[in-house]
Amino acid sequence: MELSDLTTQAGEWLRGSGPMSDIVISSRIRLARNVSGFPFLTRCTRTQRKTLEHKVRDTILAARLSPRTLYVDLESAPEIDRQLLVERHLISRPHKEAEGARGVAVGENETLSIMVNEEDHLRIQVLRSGLQLEEAWEQINAVDDQLEATLDFAFHPRFGYLTACPTNVGTGIRVSVMLHLPALKLTSEIEKVFRAAKELRLAVRGLYGEGTEATGDFYQISKQTTLGKSEEEIIGEFKNLVIPKIIDYEHHARKALLSERAVALDDKVWRALGLLRSARLMETEETLVALSHVRLGVNLKRVKDIEINKVNELFLLTQEAHLQRILGKKLEGDARKAARAEFIRQRLSAD
Amino acid sequence: MKCEKCNRPATVHLTEIRGGKKIEKHLCEQCAAQVEGFPSKAHTPINELLTNFVLAHSGLAKEQSSVCPECGMAWADFAQTGLLGCEHDYTAFDKDLTPLLQRAHEGATHHLGKVPTRRGGTSVPVKRQLDVARLRKELNRAIEAEDYERAAKLRDQIRDAEGQ
Repeated sequence: MELSDLTTQAGEWLRGSGPMSDIVISSRIRLARNVSGFPFLTRCTRTQRKTLEHKVRDTILAARLSPRTLYVDLESAPEIDRQLLVERHLISRPHKEAEGARGVAVGENETLSIMVNEEDHLRIQVLRSGLQLEEAWEQINAVDDQLEATLDFAFHPRFGYLTACPTNVGTGIRVSVMLHLPALKLTSEIEKVFRAAKELRLAVRGLYGEGTEATGDFYQISKQTTLGKSEEEIIGEFKNLVIPKIIDYEHHARKALLSERAVALDDKVWRALGLLRSARLMETEETLVALSHVRLGVNLKRVKDIEINKVNELFLLTQEAHLQRILGKKLEGDARKAARAEFIRQRLSAD
Repeated sequence: MKCEKCNRPATVHLTEIRGGKKIEKHLCEQCAAQVEGFPSKAHTPINELLTNFVLAHSGLAKEQSSVCPECGMAWADFAQTGLLGCEHDYTAFDKDLTPLLQRAHEGATHHLGKVPTRRGGTSVPVKRQLDVARLRKELNRAIEAEDYERAAKLRDQIRDAEGQ
């Protein structure tokens, strides 16, 4: 598989299918693992880092985790390719920006990605659309087993899987969902979610993880505890206690908008659609905001002539690396904004 | 349309019904954030908060002399970066780490999840120990919930696991 195969279609996480996908965009589970016998990355020499990367890469490729696994050497990959992987949620921003030997393995349908030499030696991730946490766990657990057949992971009988940061020690698991909560934002009730999340020791982040803003009304909610509970318990609590509550809040806010402020809602939605269908220069941020309102309109059947997939895809394909890859040229400033606006107009009028 | 409070473009449009009267407001994101409590920024990442909190509360700022014999990492280095140097640090800094882990993980200090199956022959006893710990915890919960049928089953499972 080539990196260019990824460009033209939406990533698994934005396919907009799967259970509860009107609100739950995607489910993600990651496992942090380190190879025993090598220092953690802050203490690795350049040579150790390189040896480790090769060892892990070879193990991943030999394990045949998916029919056609792509491995990208991020030390030599050009900026635009690394940005493309960030936009598709296959690598983190710090992994894109880091230096030294590092890489990422991507499974064929992009549900699986393994970052090599990020904060830990391995960061295994499974990303699936809609609410599919149990399926994600099954998949990632199997991958972990397969890798463990060759790699000796650092493990302590009391502390569990050992990680560079003690906030990840134990299971090394991070369970999260990406939620689209436009109605809670419009009704100013999103603070309720933040408060509830805080009480439940959950982190709320933006579209691109740690330190990013909640652009386009996307919120990534994740569980922070990794020690003292089994993986199944952590996933079960998150899925059964936390997520349904937030989904309920959003449904409630959507209903309230429809019954009490339908005109204001329609105004938001159609204004956004008007912007997307008419504007000549579009910035990333305003594109995401407008798409978010249109997505709400389509999900509430206020807009009927646009498929939800088309909206979902645009969230991804209008981002800088995707846009430039699709158009096959480097674009800066107004030229990029103009190209984005044109691309959106074409996509939204093609029906 | 311009924001009612300042001259920036209005991007937040609110319609409220109060006492049968319709009130419309047109605000920019910044003014809306003040007036209506619209969050304009995502929260500070919890990891960061957590690390800061933990570092501030566990006396890490004090001089510490422990050094990991394997990687040479000093406890003070960890206090600065929040990242450990190697797997042996967990043994070297065991005492210092335990209270920190308790704060970060809702009081927990013991792993109760997956165990690698190939751990140079130690895997089976380790796994069994952890299974027993987990069953005990479930047993306590069952007793608290007065689910005695389940408690009896769990007691048998513990007996089986320990007897192996």
